[in-house]
Amino acid sequence: MSIDIETARRVAKLARIRVEEADLPALAGEFNTILGFIEQLNEVDVDGVEPMTSVTPMQLKRRKDQVTAGGIAEEILKNAPDAREGFFAVPKVVE
Amino acid sequence: MADALNALTIAEARGRLRAGDVTATELTEACLSAIEDAGALNAFVHHTPEIAREQARAADARLAQGDAPDLCGIPLGIKDLFCTKGVPSQAASRILDGFRPGYEATVTRQLFEAGAVMLGKLNMDEFAMGSSNETSCYGNAVNPWRREGDATALTPGGSSGGSASAVAADLCLGATGTDTGGSIRQPAGFVGITGLKPTYGRVSRWGIIAFASSLDQAGPMGKSVRDCAILLQAMAGHDPMDSTSADLALPDFEAALSGDIRGKTIGIPKEYRMDGMPEEIETLWADGRAMLEDAGAKVVDISLPHTKYALPAYYVIAPAEASSNLARYDGVRYRHRAKLAQGDGVTEMYEKTRAEGFGPEVKRRVMIGTYVLSAGFYDAYYNRARRVRALIKRDFDVVFDQGVDAILTPATPSSAFGLGDMEDADPVAMYLNDVFTVTVNLAGLPGIAVPTGLDANGLPLALQLIGRPWEEADLLNTAFALEGAAGFVFKPTKWW
Repeated sequence: MSIDIETARRVAKLARIRVEEADLPALAGEFNTILGFIEQLNEVDVDGVEPMTSVTPMQLKRRKDQVTAGGIAEEILKNAPDAREGFFAVPKVVE
Repeated sequence: MADALNALTIAEARGRLRAGDVTATELTEACLSAIEDAGALNAFVHHTPEIAREQARAADARLAQGDAPDLCGIPLGIKDLFCTKGVPSQAASRILDGFRPGYEATVTRQLFEAGAVMLGKLNMDEFAMGSSNETSCYGNAVNPWRREGDATALTPGGSSGGSASAVAADLCLGATGTDTGGSIRQPAGFVGITGLKPTYGRVSRWGIIAFASSLDQAGPMGKSVRDCAILLQAMAGHDPMDSTSADLALPDFEAALSGDIRGKTIGIPKEYRMDGMPEEIETLWADGRAMLEDAGAKVVDISLPHTKYALPAYYVIAPAEASSNLARYDGVRYRHRAKLAQGDGVTEMYEKTRAEGFGPEVKRRVMIGTYVLSAGFYDAYYNRARRVRALIKRDFDVVFDQGVDAILTPATPSSAFGLGDMEDADPVAMYLNDVFTVTVNLAGLPGIAVPTGLDANGLPLALQLIGRPWEEADLLNTAFALEGAAGFVFKPTKWW
């Protein structure tokens, strides 16, 4: 699998990371190096092997469905770059 | 230096604190002034002397009342990946510049409840992605060791490079690290200290900034195996806040250190003999084998056939999980937001913020992760890697079923390299640093790096022991026997 500039552009877009046009060829090159390394996995016979979901076989614990924390909006908003009237503020989303 | 309070091990300091021979305040002041003096190492990146002095006073009060847990009054460094309440915690990333958590990570909370003293936050690779501490927004941490007769600045390894540097240079008595592919064991090996990655689920991940959630595990970095046992005791245990933390009783790790390993079976995996492995590493490994044999263990050759595929599987799984975990850094909730141009909408805000906030290695991994999870490639890459991961774990299950108690391997493929040496190498060359350690994360096992020798340039080299799941106590005891036999007592010569 070879990554072209168009694919690199699409991946950057999906990852929501701005990459300047001039930097796309180098990025595609790096992707190809890493993916070339990953291609080795195709040598492995994985027929009948289930993909691992949990490294230690354990049942996830359950707890009562109840509120255990909350009422700390102000504290959480302290770390926001822009917060107003108890909300996170972002640029206009809807036209 | 040898008599300096900051050079004590945790076990020695504990004895002297309890004997009333030294106070927590004196110990803390010794460390604070060592840190003050060690700016050139760039190990501590956020200093918290007020907190340290306050905690030391409280520890002295507890000691005076005879209520002194093992870590009471012990000054530690905390990796910047841990959220510490009200104290900058930014995973060495620009994107979290100024972030002050409103809560405390479970690990640090437990350490503080046990009376430990926090000296400050430690340098690391950005979001724990790196093997040389060169991806940090704070600049490189520097290894206190140098090659003989050569002033070249060396890497302390990564990602827990600041932790390694600080412990090796006696800036603190011990430190926390985290290990996703080798980030405790490789730096420990590069600076001649001991570092333990516990079984996945032994230590709560709550409040530790996530990189790859199915691989991340916090652990201790210390001056001895005993110190790691003491630290692990306080760090580990079930936590309802982390659904993957195991609800298992904790053994007494320190009590397990008898040094008696007679009758234990140690496996030597043939697949860890890499092409082009330096002669010195071969010799180190053979010496380690002989030491364990002399101590009465039975050493057997074993095979872990899928070892070769561990790194490629890791470089699918870890970036995939990272791309999900790091999606939260969007310029809305945590500190950094890029300056926007007239007419920029929310998408431009995300893209510009992440482009500015993340360094090149983090961006690369987030994008690789995005690619392997994208429609059409999910099966070919991500699911295939998870299948290979299952086979890697099965390799270990097989040898443990055959009666192997622990596995001995080199910890790193080389000694510490020069800062900047890998600048022009492709990213994969750097990834090879984790070739001996990454299998352990994929299989969820405990692993420990123990310094056992010096190379021709006088730099530390380490061996790794890998244990059965949940058997850190037994693993620590084997490491204790190896440590005793190796008798590694070297310290870096102070130049900073």
